[in-house]
Amino acid sequence: MSTDEDLYRTMRLIRRFEERAIELVHSGEIVGGIHPYIGQEAIAAGVCAALRDDDVITSTHRGHGHVLAKGSDPVRMLAELTGRSTGLNKGRGGSMHAADFSKGIYGANGIVGAGGAIATGAAWAAVKEGSDRVAVSFFGDGAVNQGVLLETFNLAALWRLPVLFVCENNGYATTLTIEQGVAGSITARAAAFGMPAVTVDGADARAVRDAAAEAVARGRAGGGPSFLECTAYRFDAHHTWEHKARVRYRADEEVAAGRSRDPLDVQGARLPEGARAAIDAEVEAVLTEAVAFALDSPAPDPAGALDHLYATGLRGRNGIGLFEGVR
Amino acid sequence: MARLSYLKALQRALADEMARDERVCVLGEDIGVGVNNVTTGLLAKHGPQRVVDTPLSEQAFTSFATGAALAGLRPVIEFQIPSLLFLVFEQIANQAHKFSLMTGGQAKVPVTYFVPGSGSRSGWAGQHSDHPYGLFAHVGVKTVVPATPEDAYGLFLTAIRDDDPVVLFAPAGSLGVRADVDMDALGPVPLGVGRVHREGADVTVVAVGHLVQAALDVAEQLSDQISVEVFDPRTLYPFDWAGLAASVNKTGRLVVVDDSNRMCGIGAEILAVAAEEMRLAVPPRRVTRPDGAVLPFARELDLAVQPQRDQLLTAVQEVYKSSR
Repeated sequence: MSTDEDLYRTMRLIRRFEERAIELVHSGEIVGGIHPYIGQEAIAAGVCAALRDDDVITSTHRGHGHVLAKGSDPVRMLAELTGRSTGLNKGRGGSMHAADFSKGIYGANGIVGAGGAIATGAAWAAVKEGSDRVAVSFFGDGAVNQGVLLETFNLAALWRLPVLFVCENNGYATTLTIEQGVAGSITARAAAFGMPAVTVDGADARAVRDAAAEAVARGRAGGGPSFLECTAYRFDAHHTWEHKARVRYRADEEVAAGRSRDPLDVQGARLPEGARAAIDAEVEAVLTEAVAFALDSPAPDPAGALDHLYATGLRGRNGIGLFEGVR
Repeated sequence: MARLSYLKALQRALADEMARDERVCVLGEDIGVGVNNVTTGLLAKHGPQRVVDTPLSEQAFTSFATGAALAGLRPVIEFQIPSLLFLVFEQIANQAHKFSLMTGGQAKVPVTYFVPGSGSRSGWAGQHSDHPYGLFAHVGVKTVVPATPEDAYGLFLTAIRDDDPVVLFAPAGSLGVRADVDMDALGPVPLGVGRVHREGADVTVVAVGHLVQAALDVAEQLSDQISVEVFDPRTLYPFDWAGLAASVNKTGRLVVVDDSNRMCGIGAEILAVAAEEMRLAVPPRRVTRPDGAVLPFARELDLAVQPQRDQLLTAVQEVYKSSR
């Protein structure tokens, strides 16, 4: 079981990764922007602390935290965000599609709720091969209104598959509040399919870890799917683009109140004297290396723009005459 | 030689692949009892862990198959009607197809999406009668439309063995086709290789799926006046452009017959490539459903929308007579 230091280290890594990434968005090194995870770090850290390397996760647009907590190399992750060929996805995925199959990370996903069925299929494959691997699907509160996710709850519960659905309820689906978007309660929707569904404080990494560990153990033992709603507050914008768009949908008082309970402080307070500063310094060194690596890495060769389009290596036409000498 | 029906060929292909490779499993609605007769007997033989009767949850089970494929299985999904592919376009075009590139080659998604009964089935009306293969070719999903029993067998085998997502459309109009085949010679047919069913010197007719038989009839009917070559692409993506060029560069004349909508259809693409890259002596023609068509219910109306043999015959005659 992960220690308080482990949990804090993961959360600090996610926090600083995000802060450095936002700087790189503002300096133009990260094109397209990111969906910051700041404020939700305890959820990724807590859930992934309950997982093994061979367990599978699917993630969301706001996926950096999940990918890092599951064990991906932050250096190659940052290189991916800057679109370098040294990145996790060789610069083909970027922030919204970061994936690392060596760590069971089937990727962040640009479509809300799309990862649920994919994770559930992976859980089925695990059962078929006789392993006790589990799969976790992370999604936001907006995703609970997606039909495919509700269909997936049915399949997972019906077939008692070892999948954990983790809803990160940060109160907003982009700018739509949960009150405007969700009828009834989120956990009641999951419970209606016959799976255990609980709500935990998503700012408390220990609480998340313990709830996830119980659900994961149930899944490994053949007890079927579970649902975990983690309440959280998104400290920053939905997307870095918001700063330019200047959209206003949260009162300053609300944001200040939300930020006042920082999950890093909650967890940091549990560390012995001096441990927090030591971990912070350790993480800082990693991020310094990551930024340098990302900026020093070569951009991909445009000639390879469609490399990997097919697993079989199929090449389509390029939009120019194929048969030389005909014209 | 033995008599083999197209439907039986599909059934045999799936059964053979499931017996050959433990990783192959089949999912879909009503497949336990084998409503479409393709999965008949498989549940009894392989059990419910490999022959999975799914709830009516097309979007979920389509991406479920993606997850299973990413984890090492080779799922085949049977869709009871072609229009369900509209419902799962996100799961195929935007998820399964994009995984390989977006992950920088880390992932492969060997799922086969299989529609045993595409296009008009007489009286199944607007939402059961589409032939949406052009959509998949457009987004670059491997798209297969076999026309004969041996190709149905061989292309289904290849689709299941392929490491990328593949959609296989079995036209309703082909299911009853029978042919004398050498069973021992049945085997995989590569994607992207067309087939000349009948050689000719004057006009190339490209026919898709069940329209191959119509094209062969027309070729025979015109045989004393016009020498028609019938080219069956077999796979629409990847398309055998070199094979088509060999035919068109010989005949100089091209007609495409395709039972899907005209605007942005596969017929339009074939004409465009031929115009750009091949030696056409005269302007090409295509015989298709109308722009944006929805198949009406009444038999007379249904037939009025589908490409007909006499339309193809007229098109071939007109192309043959025309000159620059």
